[in-house]
Amino acid sequence: MSAIVHLRSAVALIGRFPALAGVDLDVHAGEILLLRGPNGAGKTTLLGVCAGLIGLSTGEAVVLGEDLTTNRRAVRRRVGLLGHDSFLYQDLSVVENLDFWSRAAAATVADGRAALDRLGVASRLFELPVHALSAGQRRRVSFAAMICRRPELWLLDEPHAGLDSAGRDLVDGLMSEAATSGATVLFASHELDRAEHVAHRSVTISGGVILAETPPSSETRADL
Amino acid sequence: MSQSGGVLSDALLVARKDLLLERRAKIGIGQVLPFAILVLLLFAFALDPDRGILKLATPGLFWVTVLFSAVLTLQRSFALEAEDGILEALRLSGMSPAGIYLGKVTALTIELLLLEAVLVLGVAVLYDTKFLGIPLLFVIAFLATLGIAGAGAVYGALAARLRSRETLLPLLLLPLLAPVLIAATRGSEVSLEREAISGWPWAALLGIFALVYLTLGSFLFRPLLEDA
Repeated sequence: MSAIVHLRSAVALIGRFPALAGVDLDVHAGEILLLRGPNGAGKTTLLGVCAGLIGLSTGEAVVLGEDLTTNRRAVRRRVGLLGHDSFLYQDLSVVENLDFWSRAAAATVADGRAALDRLGVASRLFELPVHALSAGQRRRVSFAAMICRRPELWLLDEPHAGLDSAGRDLVDGLMSEAATSGATVLFASHELDRAEHVAHRSVTISGGVILAETPPSSETRADL
Repeated sequence: MSQSGGVLSDALLVARKDLLLERRAKIGIGQVLPFAILVLLLFAFALDPDRGILKLATPGLFWVTVLFSAVLTLQRSFALEAEDGILEALRLSGMSPAGIYLGKVTALTIELLLLEAVLVLGVAVLYDTKFLGIPLLFVIAFLATLGIAGAGAVYGALAARLRSRETLLPLLLLPLLAPVLIAATRGSEVSLEREAISGWPWAALLGIFALVYLTLGSFLFRPLLEDA
């Protein structure tokens, strides 16, 4: 099985700080991989590298068959990233944001509306400016903007953050559906009970290196 | 996998979005326009004792006011792209960097032209200016504004990534726009005071500036966006 994400001795610097200090990682098609680790471990940087947003100082990185050192742009348009930021224009309404981001990715406006429905964003919120939404509602809209692109690789940084219980269940369902349909999911989470349930495999990262790779069920959380 | 549209469709999408943002936030009408009128008023107060100087200096004062207002408009336009990870989202969107650049330039040009239209009325009232050579004035305003927006969008994108962008943008931009200021002022002097025909070489020069800035900007925007 070919790797969708293939990193070898990957080193990424944030300023002079080695946020990734030699990561080896393979993630395969249809897999849901959980990134575990304490704050500052390098999880967000790793997701940024896989998205083609952060360049490597040294090492090898191939994502979706594209070499990140030479063709980051080709990777960017094929991944979906849910980060700490909302990636939304605060003064535009929910539908105006979805219309813009779906059309920017050459998806249709209907794809954007369907994604909002899929994320359970109530239609009464559609015309509200994003700055008027609660954090959880904003998170759902961000998620909708991501999935309307139909990415092949989902990169999710704390996807459950700010969501209510129903929203968290919804996100878990979406990750499972994505993997079933052939997409690959790489996500970072501190909500280990929930994350272990949905992930096929997990890796623990700390100090910018992978410390352990184990099935989620055998993980212990004492050190996290 | 999603593929973005062409440069033109990306430019239209970005321009429409920027104009929509302006309509929602009303920064141009609520802040930039009052600032520009205030500057015109201050010039009028400062030079009122000698109306002759004010009349002579009108084209220069007008374009200096436009430049100051353009800096504010640019800062606002690119500050929006720096908030909430929007810059990263644009990089991930698959849109053509040249399309994003041209979209920003289009929206900025429209916003500045609308501002200039109001400022022209302000100049007519406050400085008692008579307008001759209206077609030339239109062409000069359009080309100068295109040049300002073309250069400004590049430096706006550069400064948007920096913490000190509010102070850095004018420092970077104003020297670059000095030739546009000179040509626009000279061309406007001609169209306001003398025979319109002799102002066309200035319009041609502004056209060359705009073309150079737009061409360079289309190429420079890609590394600015992609390597951010």
